Amino acid sequence: MVNESMISKLRVLVEAAKYDVSCASSGVSRRSHAGQLGNAAAWGICHSFSEDGRCISLLKIMLTNHCMYDCAYCVNRRSNDVPRATFSVSELVELTIEFYRRNYIEGLFLSSGVVRNPDYTMERLVRVVKDLRQKHRFNGYIHLKSIPGASRELVDEAGLYADRLSVNVEIPNEQSLRMLAPEKDFKSVFTPMAYIQQGILQGKEDARRFRHALRFSPSGQSTQMIVGATPDSDRDILRLSSALYARPTMKRVYYSGYIHVNRYDTRLPVPATPPLVRENRLYQADWLLRYYYFQVDEIVDDSFPNLDLDIDPKLAWALRHPEFFPVDVNKACYEELLRVPGIGVKSAQRMVMARRFSSLGMQELKKIGVVVKKARYFIVAPGQDSRLLPDLGAARVRSLLSAPGAVRKAEGLQLKLCFES
Amino acid sequence: MRVFVHDGSFDGVLTAVFDAYSRRAFPDVLSREGEGLPLFCDEVHDVHTDEAKAGRVWRALQKKLSARSLASLGLCWFSEQPGAAGWIFRYVCKVVDSSVSIEGNWADKDVRTVLQWGRKVASERERLLQFLRFQKMADGVFFAAVEPLYNVLPLAVSHFRARFNDQVWLVYDVRRRYGFYYDRATVEEVSFPEPPEGLKGGWLDPSLSAKDERLFQDLWKTYFKSVAIRERLNVRLHKQNMPVRFWKYLVEKR
Ligand code: SF4
Repeated sequence: MVNESMISKLRVLVEAAKYDVSCASSGVSRRSHAGQLGNAAAWGICHSFSEDGRCISLLKIMLTNHCMYDCAYCVNRRSNDVPRATFSVSELVELTIEFYRRNYIEGLFLSSGVVRNPDYTMERLVRVVKDLRQKHRFNGYIHLKSIPGASRELVDEAGLYADRLSVNVEIPNEQSLRMLAPEKDFKSVFTPMAYIQQGILQGKEDARRFRHALRFSPSGQSTQMIVGATPDSDRDILRLSSALYARPTMKRVYYSGYIHVNRYDTRLPVPATPPLVRENRLYQADWLLRYYYFQVDEIVDDSFPNLDLDIDPKLAWALRHPEFFPVDVNKACYEELLRVPGIGVKSAQRMVMARRFSSLGMQELKKIGVVVKKARYFIVAPGQDSRLLPDLGAARVRSLLSAPGAVRKAEGLQLKLCFES
Repeated sequence: MRVFVHDGSFDGVLTAVFDAYSRRAFPDVLSREGEGLPLFCDEVHDVHTDEAKAGRVWRALQKKLSARSLASLGLCWFSEQPGAAGWIFRYVCKVVDSSVSIEGNWADKDVRTVLQWGRKVASERERLLQFLRFQKMADGVFFAAVEPLYNVLPLAVSHFRARFNDQVWLVYDVRRRYGFYYDRATVEEVSFPEPPEGLKGGWLDPSLSAKDERLFQDLWKTYFKSVAIRERLNVRLHKQNMPVRFWKYLVEKR
């Protein structure tokens, strides 16, 4: 059944799926069972890295790239003249299993173009995951992209087999979304999101009450926004992210720098290169929201609606708030340490531990992993001998830190993205 | 100068700790059997590895250390570094001597070394989980050749056993000429005095491979090539995440 003709199909259906940036396979641990295939590691495993440096963890693929919709930002839109292909349910199931057995992948990330109607499409997706779980007793990771407009029953069924369900927002503003995707509106995105949320919460409730309750999408849900296809500002994007994170089941928001797959469409800009720096800054801001106790309005507001592309958002915040500094590394609490540029979550945790034994000077900070070159303008510590932000002024510190070769760490981010849930 | 000579096992080092405390005499140098002794040694003590003594030291550590630090100590041992015995010895002594927990003390050199090597070994193990690739043999056995920097294969076996519980597999360390075989029931260590026949650079001769093995390798190569986004090519990052030393064992990079 699986034969040479699969190679060309695979090529088409990977090309069709690859612009979805989500890659995490973590956030859930699924135990192995004797005599069965697979488990899911809570921390996720990257099995390869493509030549763009991104983590390959899941077989990211579409069941079909035929689509009756016409979203301007998508390669698979109806009006595009691209090769089209469709996998049968059993072909895709076999491919997943065989890849998994060879340790190529952690599992499957499945999506599809919309054919006939949303429910017809969703039903086929559900059949793939159901076969994997029930016929083949497959316990690897499964992420399923729910079809906008699919019925509640199908979303509910999908949640029983998938580890994570997602619905992509794509465009952070309803007006822009309607302009670019005439068949979609916020309702078609947020309704299935609400179904998923209800399913997850109900599943947790059942798990408390019945010992053998089935788990519903145990790794929560995620979504993606395209960056740079519309004039929406970083403030619009991050406010929506922050609102989404306030929902109990939203685990990750991904940002995808827009790549002009449809050059001729005049509704869309034609950037020479995808806005990778902006995308990276958004991820950094996203981290500040989730791990650094920042509020969205501290990062972007009406006077600073867009992130500074030259410096990271935490440094930008620090330079706008000289009154917060210097921070005494031997006295400040964990949350205060986290505000210091050059101190990350790991080093802040280590500092809090290590200073119980001895006072921390510049030498110790370096060994702990603090980026001292950066932090030194913001802290007091024994052995600290450079001038401080309040004294130097924001402009001077900014130029000292953005000098070529000052600090470069941004590129490792994509890797980390894949490892945290 | 006082030298303790141990047999090169983890229990041997723990026994050395036990001996040092019971003799109230601490070595200046730990030396492994067969390693030449340093010049100017005026006292040599032969450590006789004793599971009971080692066990007592280990249990004392269990009382004072978190599971994570205990794991670091063990991992550090698998680094195969010449200094490992010394780091572990001094670390254990510091734990025993201190009335408060020392495990978070990043400013201490021995604590840091053990944590750092523990992490290096753990990450080499992790890479095995990432980059090991099975090839299916004609008889249905899944075979993989690996060449880790440190001796981490034993640390990865439980992972493969849990994950590939319903398939028969053999993982083989090319450099250390041994491996583990799982027959769907138990895992057994197997050693190869000679490199196995029909294996070239870690790859099975086509005559030994399953009929559709080649097809799935081609499908995976196709996947790998197609999934990269041309507009975002970043070879530097690609190499940083997937170091070149693994490439010859990766289907997609051969
Ligand atoms: S519905 Fe999905 S696949 Fe179809 S055009 Fe829109 S984004 Fe693309």
